[in-house]
Amino acid sequence: MTQATAPAASSSPPAPPATQKDGRTAQRSLGRRLLARPEVGALIAAIGVYVFFFAAAPSFREAGSLATVLYQASVMGIMALPVALLMIGGEFDLSAGVAVTTSALTAAILSFQLTMNVWTGVFVALVVSLAVGAFNGWLLIKTGLPSFLVTLGSFLILQGSNLAVTKIFTGNVASDSIADMDGFDQAKSVFASEVSIGGVDFKVTIFYWLVFAGIATWLLLRTKFGNWIFAVGGNKDSARAVGVPVNLTKIALFMGVGAGAWFVGMHLLFSFNTVQSNEGVGNEFLYIIAAVIGGCLLTGGYGSAIGPVIGAFIFGMVNQGIVYANWNPDWFKAFLGVMLLLAALVNLWVRQQATRR
Amino acid sequence: MTDTNGSTAAQSAVKDAAPGPDKPVVELRGAGKSYGNIRALHGVNLTVHPSRVTCVLGDNGAGKSTLIKIISGLHQHTEGEFLVDGEAVRFTTPREALDAGIATVYQDLATVPLMPVWRNFFLGSEMTKGPWPVRRLDIEKMKKTADEELRNMGIVLDDLDQPIGTLSGGQRQCVAIARAVYFGARVLILDEPTAALGVKQSGVVLKYIAAARDRGLGVIFITHNPHHAYMVGDHFSVLRLGTMELSAARDQVSLEELTNHMAGGTELAALKHELAQVRGVDVEELPEEEDLTAPVATPKDGAA
Ligand SMILES: Nc1ncnc2c1ncn2[C@@H]1O[C@H](COP(=O)(O)OP(=O)(O)OP(=O)(O)O)[C@@H](O)[C@H]1O
Ligand SMILES: [Mg+2]
Repeated sequence: MTQATAPAASSSPPAPPATQKDGRTAQRSLGRRLLARPEVGALIAAIGVYVFFFAAAPSFREAGSLATVLYQASVMGIMALPVALLMIGGEFDLSAGVAVTTSALTAAILSFQLTMNVWTGVFVALVVSLAVGAFNGWLLIKTGLPSFLVTLGSFLILQGSNLAVTKIFTGNVASDSIADMDGFDQAKSVFASEVSIGGVDFKVTIFYWLVFAGIATWLLLRTKFGNWIFAVGGNKDSARAVGVPVNLTKIALFMGVGAGAWFVGMHLLFSFNTVQSNEGVGNEFLYIIAAVIGGCLLTGGYGSAIGPVIGAFIFGMVNQGIVYANWNPDWFKAFLGVMLLLAALVNLWVRQQATRR
Repeated sequence: MTDTNGSTAAQSAVKDAAPGPDKPVVELRGAGKSYGNIRALHGVNLTVHPSRVTCVLGDNGAGKSTLIKIISGLHQHTEGEFLVDGEAVRFTTPREALDAGIATVYQDLATVPLMPVWRNFFLGSEMTKGPWPVRRLDIEKMKKTADEELRNMGIVLDDLDQPIGTLSGGQRQCVAIARAVYFGARVLILDEPTAALGVKQSGVVLKYIAAARDRGLGVIFITHNPHHAYMVGDHFSVLRLGTMELSAARDQVSLEELTNHMAGGTELAALKHELAQVRGVDVEELPEEEDLTAPVATPKDGAA
């Protein structure tokens, strides 16, 4: 018996002319297409908050205040970036806050105890931070437990070790000052210097923050790895089935958080010469809040790197704005909570607009 | 992973290997798979030759998807042997199967709903340009290629940037098929590709299967539709409760026999009897038992 479809096989199906359109989808308006971007809700909120404090607190209008707000935002925003990428990749890292302190303590104690050039401590701290991230990712993959649980464990481990190890070496809750050690000034100029623009001093972290945000955006939207981040967060099993290295992507994302913790840890160490071993607890939630306010989906697979930048900026404005407006700073957390809920609602609405045709 | 186009690299690898037309590309010998204490597949033999279409048929839960998941690297077999080019292999990830030129359309389609259509099309095999530190996605080329491949299937999308989750089930299926056809260099596996498709698109898929066969690919075609299977198949395997019930070349089995193997005439008669018990179902119009075992359709008008 012969093949019934043999004739059809030899000619491949003809392609319709390239200009042919489905014709049912009306071109979405520019406004709607803009709204479909994950960070637009946050941008609207940021403008709202800015206008609010601009009106309510006269000292908020000064350039010096802007520098302070941006500094606040940058220290938090540098960490919010890798946390946001991790969230787009579908995972959380609750150890991110104390990991900053761990990194700073590692560099401080190591340099001081061994009386070495601070750069050795800085380098070892980087290795330790990346290792903590890799450990989180590896444990997640090996156990299959939710990252919430795995990183809650490492959060407690790091928090406890930070206190205990510091006490062993210094008998105190803070590390010894490394201000007079070799290489300190050089490291300070890299991690904690200031840049004067028009008579106003801007901390160098602000510029790092914006550069990192640019790199993260490029990574997310223009590289293979970025494609994989969206895929492992959006549907891990599908991603695996089409050949995406899911485990590698997740471990790399956790290591990215480690790298961020190292950078912020070094900034804090070289700003204050010493580290308080109980610092950082609770900051992990601020990073997550910045990412969520910035439009990243809590369940993964959706978000941007610009979003958490705006989220961190809102955080900085609220944090300083309350001070400039002479309110009781205790209101800060309450204000942040309201912002978070509003952001969640705006995100929900924006996403519905985005997927509506 | 570093080459800009997975399929070209895999295709050039094929030429080096150059297997004869009679040597199987993929072969299962007494293969089986247990999920814990569920034995989903047992003692299955299957060969896939270049330029041949192997159809796998069977009831729901017969183990068809389990069978192809072993070949596509999603699961590992727990008994028997799995050979590629005559060598025993054990794929631990789908990546390894893809690198061996085996592409799959999964029954659940394996798409990421919130990602744009073109990103889904190239997911895991992205086209890139530029040297390493600034190596980046070749977005323009990917969009153009995805658009062309989809148009060839008769799917015209206005906006390849829309999330794939907003497409209809059948459109999504077409994207998954177009993707596998584009990346499948040696073996193409389709798990119920026509399940959600209209008549026109089903016809296109069958043409694609035939075209892939003529290009020298080995095809595994899983379907519940014996007419579709018989139109393109060279070899038919029927699974039943995890074991191979029938394995026959095209000249050894007729469409009627195949249809009966899939949903035996006696079972249909029993079904008719059961339906008669249900009030309101008119069984007068249903065919008699002898009609059910008689030829159902000829291959030519089977597509409808
Ligand atoms: N991940 C799994 N864990 C446990 N059991 C499974 C798993 N996947 C499949 N099975 C079982 O294996 C058997 C065969 O399933 P399989 O998906 O291969 O069937 P199928 O022939 O593809 O059916 P269908 O036509 O409905 O797609 C079923 O009994 C199913 O319950
Ligand atoms: Mg199946």
